[in-house]
Amino acid sequence: MTDATVSGLPDARSPGKSSLLTQDPLMKRRNAAEARFKYFGIAAISVSLIMLGVMLWTIFSDGVSAFRQASVELSVTLDPERLDPEGDRSVESLSKVTTIGYGNLLSSALNDYMTERNISVEGVTTRQVGEFISRDAPARLRNMVLADPDLLGQTIRFSAFASGRIDGYIKGRVTMESAALDSNITPEQLQLADRLIEAGVLKTTFNWRFLTNPDASDQRPESAGLGIAIIGSLYMMFLVAIMVLPIGVAASIYLEEFAPKNRWTDVIEVNISNLAAVPSIVYGILGLAIFINFAKLPASAPIVGALVLTLMTLPTIIIATRASLRAVPPSIRDAALGVGASKMQTVFHHVLPLAAPGILTGTILGLASALGETAPLLLIGMVAFVANYPASPLDGGFFDPATALPVQVYSWASRADPAFIERSSGAIIVLLAFLLVMNVIAIVLRRRFERRW
Amino acid sequence: MTVALILTVILVLAIAGYVVARQRAVASAQGNIRVLHSLPNYYGWYGAIMAGLPALLVLAIWLIVQPMVIERQVVGFFPSDRVESDAARTLIMADVRRVAAGLDVAVERGALSADQARDIRTEFGSVRDRLATVGVALGSEVTPQVLQAAQRSRELSATGALWRTVLTLAVALAGFAYAIKVTNRDFRARNQVERVMLALLMLASTIAILTTIGIVMSMLTESMRFFSMYPWQDFFFSLTWSPSFQGNSALGLAPLLWGTIYISFVSMLVAVPIGLFTAIYLAEYAGSRVRAVVKPLIEVIAGIPTVVFGLFALVTVGPFLRDWLAQPLGLGTSGSSVMTAGIVIGILNIPFISSLADDIINAVPQSMRDGSYGLGATKSETVRQVILPAALPGIVGAVLLAASRAIGETMIVVMGAGAAARLSLNPFEAMTTITVKIVSQLTGDTEFNSPETLVAFALGMTLFVITLGLNIFALIIVRKYREQYE
Repeated sequence: MTDATVSGLPDARSPGKSSLLTQDPLMKRRNAAEARFKYFGIAAISVSLIMLGVMLWTIFSDGVSAFRQASVELSVTLDPERLDPEGDRSVESLSKVTTIGYGNLLSSALNDYMTERNISVEGVTTRQVGEFISRDAPARLRNMVLADPDLLGQTIRFSAFASGRIDGYIKGRVTMESAALDSNITPEQLQLADRLIEAGVLKTTFNWRFLTNPDASDQRPESAGLGIAIIGSLYMMFLVAIMVLPIGVAASIYLEEFAPKNRWTDVIEVNISNLAAVPSIVYGILGLAIFINFAKLPASAPIVGALVLTLMTLPTIIIATRASLRAVPPSIRDAALGVGASKMQTVFHHVLPLAAPGILTGTILGLASALGETAPLLLIGMVAFVANYPASPLDGGFFDPATALPVQVYSWASRADPAFIERSSGAIIVLLAFLLVMNVIAIVLRRRFERRW
Repeated sequence: MTVALILTVILVLAIAGYVVARQRAVASAQGNIRVLHSLPNYYGWYGAIMAGLPALLVLAIWLIVQPMVIERQVVGFFPSDRVESDAARTLIMADVRRVAAGLDVAVERGALSADQARDIRTEFGSVRDRLATVGVALGSEVTPQVLQAAQRSRELSATGALWRTVLTLAVALAGFAYAIKVTNRDFRARNQVERVMLALLMLASTIAILTTIGIVMSMLTESMRFFSMYPWQDFFFSLTWSPSFQGNSALGLAPLLWGTIYISFVSMLVAVPIGLFTAIYLAEYAGSRVRAVVKPLIEVIAGIPTVVFGLFALVTVGPFLRDWLAQPLGLGTSGSSVMTAGIVIGILNIPFISSLADDIINAVPQSMRDGSYGLGATKSETVRQVILPAALPGIVGAVLLAASRAIGETMIVVMGAGAAARLSLNPFEAMTTITVKIVSQLTGDTEFNSPETLVAFALGMTLFVITLGLNIFALIIVRKYREQYE
């Protein structure tokens, strides 16, 4: 060491040239590079967080309005002469009056109200006044009357949804300018809407039916709801949970505790880690080919969706479960074996209970990712329009056509009317709420039961 | 007996097996369970397993085999030229099943007696009309062959149902009796029960293998059918993609593959730098409090469903890029474009890369950092010249995994990339990917006998092979260079 030459190094003794207090140019450059590097890091984090923020903000600001809905509240006289031409109040004769008849009734009720209160706007015909009321309202009124014919002749308060464009005007989506270009609505109708709001007939309220209604056709975005999608998603989550948990836990226990180290288990291990990375759409193809084309299960049914999602989440669940089994220290196993338990008893009486919180956490997170999965469900037909609620599980509801929350988001997003973008964002809010609840449960479980050995 | 009833009976027998076997074991030890070989419950479980499991197996096999046998018998009613192709056979079998189900309903409703249903002939009047009176709608008039086949299939399934009941219950009872017979104080019940449990555990672990086999087989057979209708050279080497359901489609892979690669490339341009810098900052610079807040926030991105990103691409990113970049620069007028989809997939992949890279960077031993600092290097120099080279194999693996995710991503490209298959370099033009075309060829009412539909399976196979290849490659890299510092 002592005979190392110092000729190549900067002269350390020359005063002022290199001080700890003043930086030489090289050091300045290096410090600047250091600062730049750090700012790149901060910038990268900011970019991702800003993107996340912008995304959530746009979706929430678009979607919150889906939970509010403009409706027209009217006194409707259920005129027996118009609704029950034969006068016998039997269901058969009442059913002969179509929704068009009820539509005319509602339309004239609104028109009468306006003449009574002297509300009118130049250039709005009585038919255009009728367009204020959603096409879904007559059907609802008709069902009310069919269910209870005694209503005939009475005057009832009836709250009908306002049509999509009027609703959009109140929420700011439709403006006077856009209405001028729109064949479905005129600026005069919007002026009338302003007058009706002043009169208190047209008002916005919280829209429960967004959560309960079935999907609706393109012409009436205002009555489209998430009812079937929520039921479908719940059915699938239930089925996935009862299939994936036993199979995943059993497979993990075998691989982690019993499997001999040989070629076969190696194949299984490599296989599982590869399956975890297979694109989800491939599982959709599998479901279509095997469950629908080969096993002839009905398309669009929650049972098929659940089978596909089970196969898809199984690898992730197995990986998580094995990690929590591995986290149980060997001393526990040794102690159990030492007092004479069999291998199987050791695992099921001691290891599994200790690993349970971790397994549950992993399962809930796996379910959460299955809940948000869309692509495979598109292929097994869950994107189809479903108008009827599936039956209860006891009546074979798992085999009825249904749709799922993320698929509903997609199918609304691909419709032309911008009112459906609002609905789509609203559906995302519901979906994210479900995911949030599941993740919070998982976090709480982890916090509550986490053990360090 | 219906299947549900058989299941109930088996369940009852199993419970009885549990109770009886347990009692018998305890009785054989005169109530002193310490002289038993196993705990009493194991004898019970052995009884339940023997009564239930073999019977359930027989039932399952029967349920799978019976329809196949019946179909074989019934096909004999039709001239062989009518059932040559698979499609024709499926159609005829569907007809037969519908008529048979209709006859069942008619008998159930009392419109036909069981004898009438067996003997009814088309010569005596329209079967369709008679079934229509009980609410069974048939598409077309029932031909004599279909009717006979339906009657034959009803007959066979009635006999089948009878034998099914007899056989399963016999097996259940035999198992029950056997369990009772062998149960005594020296019987090694625990070992037997544990063997069954181990077999079940093993069975569960093979489901992963079965899934893989299912994926490969389903895509392989359908792809084979596709290539028998459409030349494989055209699929792999043709440069145009223009399916038309009237036939005469050009189904070239190239434009889709190009779109997939281009979009994934753009997404990696976004995700790799941002993800890496995020990981470096979190691992090397951030204090523990910043880390505790930022890391979960970044991971929130990974928990958001991709359809949400898809809507974000469709509603926000696409129009933004179109109005602020593409149109002012004169590069395009489409909201859905390679850029839109690429950027959004990039955002989706940031947490994936950053959390993998974070783990890898943290795995680099502290002594290497200390050595570097001791020589006077700044933090950034340490990161660039010591940590990154050390972590490189892992990071390359992470990047490859992220690339494979980008290639397989579906919802974002379906909603953000467009549907036009073209070979172009302009990133502001709409292009399409393999996954988009799989979705568009397979959704809606499709018949699985035209090349336009079956091409989706060939596309799926291509996608599967590409992503699998990338994953295996990534795993090899990670395994080969892992823990070289210890």
